[in-house]
Amino acid sequence: MNVVVCVKHVPDTEAPIRIRGDGRAVEESGLNFVMNYYDEHAVEEALRIKERTGGTVTVVTAGPARAVEALRAALAMGADQAIHVQDPALAGLDHLGVARVLAAAIAPLPHDLVLCGKLATDDNASVVGPALAEYLDLPQATAVTTLELGDGRATAHREVEGAVEVLEVALPAVVTVERNINEPRYPSLPGIMKAKRTPVAVKTLADLGLTPDSTGGSRVELLGLTPPPKRQAGRIIAGDPGPAVKELVRVLHEEVKVL
Amino acid sequence: MSADAVSRDIWVLAEYAEGQSPKGGGPQLRKITYELLGKARQLADALGGRVVGVALGSGIGPVAGDLAAHGADRVLLADAAVLERYTTEAYAAVVAPLLVEARPALLLIGSSAWGRDLAPRLAARTGAGIVTDCGAVDVEDGRIVATRPVMTRKAIARVAFLAEGLRIAVVLPNVVSPAPSDPARTAEVVSAPVAVDPASVRARVVEVRAVARETVPLTEADIIVSGGRGLKGPEHFALLDALAAALGAAVGSSRPPVDSGWVPHDYEIGQTGKTVNPQLYIACGISGAPQHQAGMSGARCIVAINRDPQAPIFQIASYGLVGDLFQIVPLLTEEVRRLKAGSPG
Repeated sequence: MNVVVCVKHVPDTEAPIRIRGDGRAVEESGLNFVMNYYDEHAVEEALRIKERTGGTVTVVTAGPARAVEALRAALAMGADQAIHVQDPALAGLDHLGVARVLAAAIAPLPHDLVLCGKLATDDNASVVGPALAEYLDLPQATAVTTLELGDGRATAHREVEGAVEVLEVALPAVVTVERNINEPRYPSLPGIMKAKRTPVAVKTLADLGLTPDSTGGSRVELLGLTPPPKRQAGRIIAGDPGPAVKELVRVLHEEVKVL
Repeated sequence: MSADAVSRDIWVLAEYAEGQSPKGGGPQLRKITYELLGKARQLADALGGRVVGVALGSGIGPVAGDLAAHGADRVLLADAAVLERYTTEAYAAVVAPLLVEARPALLLIGSSAWGRDLAPRLAARTGAGIVTDCGAVDVEDGRIVATRPVMTRKAIARVAFLAEGLRIAVVLPNVVSPAPSDPARTAEVVSAPVAVDPASVRARVVEVRAVARETVPLTEADIIVSGGRGLKGPEHFALLDALAAALGAAVGSSRPPVDSGWVPHDYEIGQTGKTVNPQLYIACGISGAPQHQAGMSGARCIVAINRDPQAPIFQIASYGLVGDLFQIVPLLTEEVRRLKAGSPG
């Protein structure tokens, strides 16, 4: 089975961020970038499918020059080939535009299954996966926690409010994955060496037959980023547990009025 | 006005319990739908448009009255057997042409499992601008502007929809007040066409397994009791269950109990789990790592119970009790029961 995995290069979520002076972006200098956390699970799932059924695992990203590191990380885990869409025009696209670009990159590849993380931890949009499914005219299953492949179809579980849904999906399909679908492997040393030697195919929008206009540009405008409202440390209710608990309940009831 | 002009109406996509049309017991809209109707009323008044409720399902006629009572001026009902359960493809096939034809100023969809599944697909199909995980959505100088948390809540982004074209906002649960109910209100109810070939639905739900413990979904709960590594083992979550039962709360966790296999993944609150915005969040034995704060720092009131006075959770807690949760939580349960029974002290 041939699997294509979309990956994104995002700031390490452990690191503090600084908002750029103009408020339009995050200061990238000194910031550590990694493969999006959920995408690691998508790569892992693809590798496990390949180990069971054969075929190839191709990783694709659309992003600036540094984003090749996300592809190298996926190759080090065991992916076979990598495509990097790199074009100055990408900066002006919204998530639908990025999905349009990824769809153009994926369409000519053999793809029985396209995997994505359920969201990217930088802008949390969770838009690209379903939009990609639309542009490739494929069915979708989102935020999937288990995936079993059958003949021409897959069975997927997803968590919804108060229940787990069991979906049957015709293949090829786009599936976005939750973190509990698997435990991603660490790259092996030979894997890391091989990743360094594997050529990464670099493509521009023109190579994919696209222009900035044909991707739809951006339908939304980022006005600015601000730090979240800071929470103040509140009151420590000291003393023996008995009286402290009584005081807590009194405050929650009488002052905060949440009880 | 050009043919491309957008109307001033605000549309709300209605959602049912379990994200599908109701079976038995009559239609029951989810809390998020009432919240969206509240927001829609505010936006429609600001723009001088109408609130339009859109409901898809099978045998859902009775829901029109509930949508009207909560502020819908008009209700579009797509009622057909093929819509009995939510599927991305059938729902998109019904809603997309309605949107393209009527061109509302904004379509509001709840940030639930199926809202997040459907909204981007609809946006891609119709070319609508889409903003997900919206906290605030407001009209500013004639533009629709939304705020949303990004970078695991280390920043808040303000995003404006462009003046032209369709727009979809996916709104977080528990961030806007639900619309009040006025049973005397009525709405114009219109039947929407359903032209869906069942064969075109390539992904379908074959089974729904209810999660028995989840009386209130975590993302909708007003009160959440949450446990961390300090619980020391799966058996001790019973302490939290008891407190939650006394409070009418939902139970969640930080990441370590999930990674240790004490509780299932759907308990998890934080960067790699759910984002919640309850009125009250009681963190028991949770240190408060940034990855956990990313999912709960939007709570109105945070109570922390932890034996380590240096735990970061106390930096953001409204109220803190430093001590042994195994002693404090049962006392708290007892005290809450007393309060609810109407005999404090």
